Amino acid sequence: MSDPLFEFLCRMGDNTLVLGHRVSEWCGVAPVLEEDIALANTALDLIGQTTLWLNLAGEVEGKGRNADALAFRRDIWDFRNVLLVEQPNGDFGQTMMRQFLFDAWHKAYLTALQSSSNAQIAAIAEKSLKEVTYHLERTTDTVIGLGDGTDESHDRMQNALDRLYPYVGEMFTSDTVDAALSAEGIAPDPASLRPQYDTLLRDVFSQATLTIPASDFAHKGGKSGQRHSEHLGHMLAQMQWLQRAYPDAIW
Amino acid sequence: MSSPESGSYDATEAAPHGKPRAIEWPLWEVFIRGQHGLSHRHVGSLHAADAQSAIKNARDVYTRRNEGVSIWVVEASAIAASRPEEKGPLYDPSNDKVYRHPTFFDIPDDVGAM
Amino acid sequence: MYAQMIKSTGKGVKSLDEMDPEERAFQERINAGGKIEPKDWMPEGYRKTLIRQIGQHAHSEIVGQLPEGNWITRAPTLERKAILLAKVQDEAGHGLYLYCAAETLGVSRDQLTRDLLTGKMKYSSIFNYPTLTWADMGAVGWLVDGAAIMNQVPLQRTSYGPYARAMVRICKEESFHQRQGFDIMMKMANGTQAQREMAQDALNRFWYPSLMMFGPSDAESVHSAQSMAWKIKMNTNDELRQKFVDQTVPQAEYLGLKIPDEHLKWNEDRGSYDFSEPDWDEFFDVLQGNGPCSRDRMEARNKAWDDGRWVREGLLAHAQKKRSRNMAAE
Repeated sequence: MSDPLFEFLCRMGDNTLVLGHRVSEWCGVAPVLEEDIALANTALDLIGQTTLWLNLAGEVEGKGRNADALAFRRDIWDFRNVLLVEQPNGDFGQTMMRQFLFDAWHKAYLTALQSSSNAQIAAIAEKSLKEVTYHLERTTDTVIGLGDGTDESHDRMQNALDRLYPYVGEMFTSDTVDAALSAEGIAPDPASLRPQYDTLLRDVFSQATLTIPASDFAHKGGKSGQRHSEHLGHMLAQMQWLQRAYPDAIW
Repeated sequence: MSSPESGSYDATEAAPHGKPRAIEWPLWEVFIRGQHGLSHRHVGSLHAADAQSAIKNARDVYTRRNEGVSIWVVEASAIAASRPEEKGPLYDPSNDKVYRHPTFFDIPDDVGAM
Repeated sequence: MYAQMIKSTGKGVKSLDEMDPEERAFQERINAGGKIEPKDWMPEGYRKTLIRQIGQHAHSEIVGQLPEGNWITRAPTLERKAILLAKVQDEAGHGLYLYCAAETLGVSRDQLTRDLLTGKMKYSSIFNYPTLTWADMGAVGWLVDGAAIMNQVPLQRTSYGPYARAMVRICKEESFHQRQGFDIMMKMANGTQAQREMAQDALNRFWYPSLMMFGPSDAESVHSAQSMAWKIKMNTNDELRQKFVDQTVPQAEYLGLKIPDEHLKWNEDRGSYDFSEPDWDEFFDVLQGNGPCSRDRMEARNKAWDDGRWVREGLLAHAQKKRSRNMAAE
């Protein structure tokens, strides 16, 4: 295994990179103009966070790679994002549900990271947390609004939750990287954040009149990089194409 | 796309501004207070299903370039406005009350700043 | 321009003496540089022409998201991706401001949207051209936004208050757009051989469509004369096109790119460049729905609108439920 700190920074940066990319796919085709503009803000926040995390990862690695080199020149087995964020957009409900499930984890995790023993990580967490707090407020409202809206919107949101809930568990799994970082006080043990996450979900989904699936089954393989979904490969093919096709060019 | 020129726009007759049609999100007027302590200022409008989301939409639409630190929204149909034909009686009477402006008074330079 | 070929209603410009007192007071106010506000009296023709013009301008911003949105997921660096996304987001914002301005004239955004989606209302011809390489992101910002700015800056002084205020806000945001485009072009023009070729190719494809944005010569047009009397059109199409060419040619030279016009030549007497007219047959074909991407653009907008229906209805239903719950609790 490579350096746990590098792994951790790639996990943070790849989560925001992949999710930011997914959200940016909505550009120009959202259900209403106001939502188009809001989605772009979310994507911009996530792209900005990606730059911070992956630049730091490159620095820690010490091989002269910056955020762009990591984002555009690694292949699928080097990506460390959770499976949740690479899931396709689906309908608007699925996009919002994915975002809410991630935001709720993201906020809890960044809150803990603010007291990281690593000052650079704490600083990035502090900046990101402001943005993510707003993301969560917005997606909470939307999930509740659509869950408790019309019959159709309710059904679509329930489908989205059923479809995506199996990807929640991976965000809270702890492995050797997490153990190493939490031993040094750099990052929290993800498992420790689950109870507060579950409390939030119960509260929001009860207002949204949605039912949390009974099964705890969790797909894994994203944050370890061992087995991503097929979706990620297509995203990378698109995202990395220019850099790969014209390796000498400066853009 | 049958005609090379825009057809005449006859579909609409003048309707009261801001009155929501049945299936449309209501229109909200947005007021923003900037960094420097000036009053809230009207910056534009937008659509939202309710007040709470109107504030969030206003944050996303009208503060993208750091324009504000406080947002008010009010449903457009709730605004009462003066009528243009009242312009004379409402505003002209203040025209000749020049003594309300500090520049009306000549204070000798010797007095210093006042 | 973003609002092309706007036909004003009416049969020629009336003189002040031919007007009834209300219209005369209205025209005199405009002549004196005053603003017309939503609740003021206005001729029906003024109102309808404005709805058409502002609506078409708004539609152009909305459809205009698509050719650039086409490259967001393929932007070559994180920074370029962020810049492009912020730029396209601004287009959505500009569309929003303009729809709001149109709404003060008694038409709703949803009505205007329906008219766009059924093809009853138009949008600028330029957005029916494809964006094929990354250099097109440069060319669109540099040329298309550059042409748009030519038209929009004077419109800040237009006679209709809400329109003028929207244009002030838009112009403030717009100069970033042209600069980011030129910045891309500089990188491409100074880059590898392949990048330079891409840049020249983009200029070749976007030059004439950009000139078409100003619309055919309207020096003799009755409609333009009326719109200019109402100060909702500030310059003739030819004036703006000439200004655009004069501004752009030196920029192309700076980039080391060649404008695809054999007849382009500095005219000492006029103090301007002589240049070739674009192919106006192509322009009318595009306006009739036969642009290279016309169908794709309309399908994309229709799909977005149809797919979004349940979301708009869902959030509205929730807001209504919440309101009645609150009322019941009081």
